[in-house]
Amino acid sequence: MEHTPTWLVNSFIYLSAAVIAVPLSQALGLGSIIGYLAAGIAIGPWGLGLVTNVEDILHFAEFGVVLMLFLIGLELEPKRLWNMRRPIFGTGSAQVLGCAVLLTAVAMAFGVGWRVAVVAGLGLALSSTAIALQVMGERNLLPTTSGQSAFSILLFQDVAAIPILALLPLLGVASMENSAVASTSPALEALKIIAVIVGIVLGGRLLLRPLFRWIARSNTPEIFTAAALLLVVGIAGLMQFVGLSMALGAFLAGVLLAESEYRRELETDIEPFKGLLLGLFFIAVGMSIDFGVLMASPGLMAAVVVGFLAIKGALIYALARQIGLPFQERPVFALLLAQGGEFAFVVFQAAAGAHVFPAETASLLIGAVAVSMLVSPLILVAIDRLLLPRYANCNATQLEEISEQQEAPIIIAGFGRYGQIVGRLLLAQGFSATVLDHDADMIEAVRSFGYRVFYGDATRLDLLRTAGAEKAKIIVVAVDDVEQSLEIVDLVQAHFPHLEIVARAKDVTHWNKLRDRGVMRVERELFESSLRSARSVLELLGHDPHTARQQAMRFRQHNLELFEKLHPHYKDRSKLIAVIKQGRQQLEEQMAQERAQQQKRQPHEWDH
Amino acid sequence: MPPENQPLTAQGAPKPIYLVAAHPNWRESRVNRRLLQAARQAGPVEVCDLFATYPDYHVDIPAEQARLSTAQLVVLLHPIQWYSMPALLKLWLDEVFAFGWAYGGGNALQGKDLWLVATTGGPEAAYHPQGYNRYFFDAFMPPYEQTANLCGMRFLPPLVLHGAHRVPEADVQAHIDVFADRLQTYPVWPELEDLEQCVACEVPTTDRPTPPATLHMEPT
Repeated sequence: MEHTPTWLVNSFIYLSAAVIAVPLSQALGLGSIIGYLAAGIAIGPWGLGLVTNVEDILHFAEFGVVLMLFLIGLELEPKRLWNMRRPIFGTGSAQVLGCAVLLTAVAMAFGVGWRVAVVAGLGLALSSTAIALQVMGERNLLPTTSGQSAFSILLFQDVAAIPILALLPLLGVASMENSAVASTSPALEALKIIAVIVGIVLGGRLLLRPLFRWIARSNTPEIFTAAALLLVVGIAGLMQFVGLSMALGAFLAGVLLAESEYRRELETDIEPFKGLLLGLFFIAVGMSIDFGVLMASPGLMAAVVVGFLAIKGALIYALARQIGLPFQERPVFALLLAQGGEFAFVVFQAAAGAHVFPAETASLLIGAVAVSMLVSPLILVAIDRLLLPRYANCNATQLEEISEQQEAPIIIAGFGRYGQIVGRLLLAQGFSATVLDHDADMIEAVRSFGYRVFYGDATRLDLLRTAGAEKAKIIVVAVDDVEQSLEIVDLVQAHFPHLEIVARAKDVTHWNKLRDRGVMRVERELFESSLRSARSVLELLGHDPHTARQQAMRFRQHNLELFEKLHPHYKDRSKLIAVIKQGRQQLEEQMAQERAQQQKRQPHEWDH
Repeated sequence: MPPENQPLTAQGAPKPIYLVAAHPNWRESRVNRRLLQAARQAGPVEVCDLFATYPDYHVDIPAEQARLSTAQLVVLLHPIQWYSMPALLKLWLDEVFAFGWAYGGGNALQGKDLWLVATTGGPEAAYHPQGYNRYFFDAFMPPYEQTANLCGMRFLPPLVLHGAHRVPEADVQAHIDVFADRLQTYPVWPELEDLEQCVACEVPTTDRPTPPATLHMEPT
C-alpha cells in the first residue's frame, strides 16, 4: 500500500464509487446525477472520509463543464448563435437580474447586510449548466423551445459571471488575493480580454482547420484526440489567464469549429472525457457538501434552500409563461434553472476571499447550493411521477419521443412547410410515414390536425433506428437547416445504405453538397414555385398558358442541365463563373432565336 | 332522342352545346382562332380552350364530365395533326370518356351528338390515292366515328376546311359563316334530316377490365 501512488488509489475510489452508485440510482429511476452526488457524499469527508482534498478535485473536475460547453459549441454554428442573440440577452438578462434583485430584497428583508445580500443574490441567481444540460440531454429537450431558452439563459449566465466576479472586490473590505480578476488597471484588463477573444476567433477561423487537417493526415487517431483536448485545455487556460470563464472560451472554440469537417470526429473524441469528468464534477460537488454546517443549523439551511428555490422557481416559471413556453414544459424548465450552479461555488469562495462575508456564510451558501443540486433531481422525479401525468389527463398533448419501434416504409425528417406537403400527399395515398420533427410548437400545431408526428432529432442515430430506418425504404430529408440535412444524409448513408434518400435543398450550394454525397433525388426548395410565378407573369403579359408553360419548361430543363454541368466545378469559382456565363449565353441565344423565328413568322405545319 | 327544335337557352342555364377546342398555338393560327371566336359569340355554346385550361396536362375529369352531361351537342375543334387530333385532346378523350361512365356499363353520352370541326394543312387534292397523303380524308375518320358509336352518340358529318394555310380569305370567311350558322341553328340542320339515330353498342364484359371484388368471374 505504501508503494501505491495516491492518484491510483484515488482513481480506484472514484471509479468504484461511481460504478456502484450510478447504476443503482438509475435502477431506482433517479437519474445518473443523483448517483454521482451520492457517490461523492459516500466517499467524501462526511461519508467514509476516503478522500479529503475536495478543492483540488473540484478544480480539476470543473473541466468536465468546460468540455461540455465545447461540445455544445460544436453543435451551434455562428449563424445560429447570432440568431439566438435576442433570447440570450433578453431572456438571459431578465432571469439573472430578476432573480438577483428579488433574492437580494428578500435577504435584506430578513435582516441580512446589503453586501452579503447582493453577493448571495447574484451567486444564487446562477444555475447549474452541468446539471441542466445533462438532464435536458437525457430527456432530449435541447432541441425544443424550452431547451433552447434554457440554453440561452445558461449561456448568458456564463457571460454574466465575469462582471459578477469583477464586482466582488468593490464590495469586499480587503483586496482579493487569489481571485480570477487581477487588480491591474481596468483599461489594460479590457484590452487583454478583447485581444484574447479576437485571437481565439481569428485563430479558430484561420488556423484550426489547416492544423486539424495536418494532424488528421498523420493518421494517428490518438494524436487527433490529443489535439482536440489540447485545444480545449489551451483555450481554457487562456481565458483563465485573462479572468474570463473557461467554459465560455471552450464554448467559443466549439462554435468556431462547428462548421468544420472535423466536427463529428471532435465530438466522438471528446465525448467520453466529458462524460467522465462531468461525473467526477458531480462527485466532487457531493463531497463538498459541508454537513458540519448543515448539522449546526439545519433549520436555517433548509430555509435558505427552500427559500431560494421557491423564489427563483416562481420567477422563472413566470418568465417561461412570458416567453410562451408550452405549459407542460414549464415546471421542468423552472426547476432546472432554479437550482444553484457550480459557478456559485466560485463566487462564494471568491467573496469569502475578498472578505465580503465570513467563511461560515460562504460554507452555508455553498452547502445550500449543493443541497439544491441534490434535491432538484429528486424534485424532477416527483414532477415526472405526479405532475406530468395530470397534465396528460387534461387533454394536453404530451410530446412523445419515439419510444416504440416504428415500421412505416417512409420516414419524413422535418415536417415544416416542405415536409408537410410531401407527407400529406403520401398520407392521402394511404401510405404510412413516420414523421420526425424537433420543433415542439410545430408538432403541437400539426398534431391538432391529427397527424402522428414524433418529437425527435433526426440527426440522432438511435432515433433513426427507432423510427424504423432498418426496415424503411425511403427517407425524405426535408429539414430546413442545411447542416442538419447533410448530417442526416451522412448518417443514413453510413448506417442504412439501403434507404433511398429524397432531399430538399435550400440553395445551390446545398444542392451541390447533396450531389457530392451521391443523392440523386434533390429538389431546390424554391425552384419549381418560382417557375410557376414566372409562368403567371408571362400569362399576364399575354402569353397563352400553354406557351407560358412551354417556355418555363424549356428554361427549367436548361437550368437543370446547366446544374449538372456545373456540379463538378462548383468549388472552382473562376471555372464556375465561366460555365454560368456560357450557359446564360446559350439560353439567351436559344430564346432569342425563338423570338426571331416568331417575328419572321416561320410558318409552322399546324398554324391553321 | 334529341328534342326537335330545341329553343335557345337563356343566359345562365346549362348550354346545349359544348365545344372543346385544341390548338397548341392560337397566336399563329389562321383559321381555328377565328372559328373559336365565332363559337364564343354564338349564344348557346360553352367553350373549353383545352391548352389554356390544362397547360399542365392535368384534366379535371369530374368537371369535364359534368359539362358533357348537360350538353346535347359536343363539338371538337382542332387542326388535324398527323392525321389525328392534338395530343392533349386525345388525353382528354382517354380520361373523360371513361369506362363505366361513357361506355361499358355507363351511358352518360347516350343519344348526344358529336361533331368534328377540323382544318388540314394539305389541300383536298392531297387526300387522294394518287396524292401525297395517299388516302381520302374519310379514311382517317373511323377512330372518331367509332368513339362516338361506342358511347351511343351520333357522329355528325364533319365540317372540314382543307388547305387551311393558303385557302383564299373568302373561302375562310364562308367556312366560318357556315360554322356559326350551324351552331345557332342546331339541331335543325339540312344534313341531319336523313341521319339515323345511333344505336348503343353493347360491349361484352369479357373484353373489359375485371371489376374488383367479383368472386364468380373468371380472371381474364
